[in-house]
Amino acid sequence: MREIQAEAISKAVAELAVRACCHLPQDVYESLGARRAQEPSPAGRNILAQLMDNADIAAREQMPICQDTGLAVIFVELGQDAHIVGGDLNAAIHEGVRRGYVDGCLRKSCVAEPLFERANTGDNTPAVIHVSVAPGDGLRLRLAPKGAGSENKSVLKMLTPADGIEGVRQVVLDAVLAAGPNSCPPLVVGVGLGGDMEMAAICAKKAAVRDLGSRNPDPRYAALEDELLELINRTGIGPQGLGGETTALKVHVEWYPTHIASLPVAVNINCHAARHAEAIL
Amino acid sequence: MSEQPMRISAPFDDATARALKAGDHVLISGTILAARDAAHKRMVEALDRGEELPVDLRGAVVYYVGPSPAKPGQAIGAAGPTTAGRMDAYTPRLLDQGLKGMIGKGYRTPEVVDAMKKHGVPYLAAVGGAGALISGCIKKYTVLAYADLGPEAVAAMEVEDFPAIVAIDAEGNDYYEQGQAPYRRLGETAHGR
Repeated sequence: MREIQAEAISKAVAELAVRACCHLPQDVYESLGARRAQEPSPAGRNILAQLMDNADIAAREQMPICQDTGLAVIFVELGQDAHIVGGDLNAAIHEGVRRGYVDGCLRKSCVAEPLFERANTGDNTPAVIHVSVAPGDGLRLRLAPKGAGSENKSVLKMLTPADGIEGVRQVVLDAVLAAGPNSCPPLVVGVGLGGDMEMAAICAKKAAVRDLGSRNPDPRYAALEDELLELINRTGIGPQGLGGETTALKVHVEWYPTHIASLPVAVNINCHAARHAEAIL
Repeated sequence: MSEQPMRISAPFDDATARALKAGDHVLISGTILAARDAAHKRMVEALDRGEELPVDLRGAVVYYVGPSPAKPGQAIGAAGPTTAGRMDAYTPRLLDQGLKGMIGKGYRTPEVVDAMKKHGVPYLAAVGGAGALISGCIKKYTVLAYADLGPEAVAAMEVEDFPAIVAIDAEGNDYYEQGQAPYRRLGETAHGR
């Protein structure tokens, strides 16, 4: 059985936090450039150019792309033949987030409880951790800092089968219209279909932080991704909501088998700073 | 409306506030005030108790921002705008105190727009998520009140050529609506926001 040191996990998470917050992923950067070339609105083109300049400055100065460096959302894929030693997995991840956000001058945006004192925890912990067990003896960590401007506009609707694809379209369109300029378009829209309530939401989050070059492997769902993107880009919202044809860069759909009576739809909105970084230990 | 940026200075006087038209591109120099959710809540609670505010809002331009920490040698970290709508519940009270301009991102409620028209106050949009770019326009950051709120403290920011677009002017003209309309192609299903 392969051993993985807890300290190595903390180190990797700290590095991922800084990398994700300060370096716009290349796939997102290229997508901004491609959309700028097609954008008919002069104001829209100007904003897309500014977002690329912003990414250049952030990378050069090791400064966050956006001041809202989010809650740290971490997807962990733990190989079933791996054994973590020298500490526990959750604590090691929280420690990595603490180091990344404190030492990396990232903003601490986490409050200790949601309703009463709302006191800032001061180190951006705890992280939001999703663990799944996979074959093999490796450990895959995918960190996505998630800001509130986009997260707050996410939606979950429990449709029924008769609502069908038209119902799905309407939920996605309504979510994007409600988000408007607030979620910093151009967006990356993650759609989760099926499962139960929380599985739909997790699918949507996974979809929102997928690489932009990726497509759903099922051609029917890949076609749905294209169709929803086309629909969203006909809203006119445009970059920053000031008008144009680039309201979203991509739509990603993830799905899970569901109940005979259910069609859950979750929409997780990501802003143009669609940050994600991955490490394999 | 002018796409050639106009240079203006902050704080705003009445004439400056009313001269800005929806869609105007501006570069702001001078001093603006940083405040967001928790600071707005505290200021309105202070007013409810009949107390003085810790800062004079007359003529002030408030920027909805919660910057990331400065590294050594920097005035400030990334400092882009946050969503203005979360301040809507508190905004009319602050406009009553003489606030003359607001910078943020996103839609405002009709109640806020009515209060803006009453007081002759424009709302400007900065580019959301361009925190590193905007950081370079902020030359000095000085916490004035509520230091315990960390990134949410009330602070004075000295800015040079801070870029913004007039989103809603003092007459209530809305550039989000004007800018989006020509590109909206939803056909029968069009229902705007």
